[in-house]
Amino acid sequence: MSTPGHRAAPSGAFEYLTTKKDEFVGWARKFSLFPYPFVTACCAMEFMSVSSTLYDTDRFGAALPRFTPRQSDLLMVVGTVTHKQAPILKKVYEQMCEPKWVIAFGVCATSGGFYQNYAALPGIDKIIPVDLYIPGCPPRPEMVIDGIMKLQDKIARERHPIINDRF
Amino acid sequence: MSEALFEQVREHLAPVALDATVAHGTLALTIDPANLLDVVRALKDSFGFDMFSDVTAVDWPEREPRFDVVWHFYSTRHFARVRVKTRVPLADPTVDTLVPLYGSARYMERECHEMYGIVFRGNDDLRPILLYEGFEGHPLRKDYPKHKEQPLVPYRDTKS
Repeated sequence: MSTPGHRAAPSGAFEYLTTKKDEFVGWARKFSLFPYPFVTACCAMEFMSVSSTLYDTDRFGAALPRFTPRQSDLLMVVGTVTHKQAPILKKVYEQMCEPKWVIAFGVCATSGGFYQNYAALPGIDKIIPVDLYIPGCPPRPEMVIDGIMKLQDKIARERHPIINDRF
Repeated sequence: MSEALFEQVREHLAPVALDATVAHGTLALTIDPANLLDVVRALKDSFGFDMFSDVTAVDWPEREPRFDVVWHFYSTRHFARVRVKTRVPLADPTVDTLVPLYGSARYMERECHEMYGIVFRGNDDLRPILLYEGFEGHPLRKDYPKHKEQPLVPYRDTKS
């Protein structure tokens, strides 16, 4: 017998699930990346290619670039960083809120590449911590996608202490 | 084409040009640094070299005087190029500025100053333009150590 306005849940429906909090939060978080493109050099061409329709990073929830570090959680350093630019990169990194991740996109951001001279910073990990390195000059879009998936795996495996403290 | 013009320039500047040859379609003049302003003024006013293309330097560590300073000018009327070269020693690497004749010389003289340490007498703004305040030395001189870096941000301790 049913009363008007009330509907019972259909049988066999999905009423609850069990999971670990860390896994659940990691799963939610890894598909919600907001990249800040810190783009300095020719790798930008490959970044445009990988983020637009043909390769489509939206499939990984990492499509919408935020052009302020305060609204983003993934810093993509795309291209050569010079010593003159290093203070700017450091400031951008420090303005991002936790949790945050950093990808060194291309060999220049990874290690300085073939620039070993007075001008170039030999890898951004000299000044900020890096989660993932994508080598290549420039990297293939497939490598970037592989890198993003590896970063997602890392995010999914992380512990999320804020959530654990509250609940 | 440009040969007639080059011949006129050569005749006009014969008293001051130490050397005047045509190489790769460009007239290359070698002069004494003291005659620089007169030569460039003549090129600009009498022969229509109205565009300042570049100023740079060449370092010959074994040679005395050690530096070549090289200017390039282009004539938008005659479609011709001229190169002016002069030599300055390490002890006094000074030449006159061309800012009163070509405003665009201002930035390029700044670059040449920071990269080679050439001093442009009369250019009152020789601050670094591609490098940064506090950079020591002149990185395109041959005696600048190849791997010497002057970082602005202290490096992280990556061992821990």
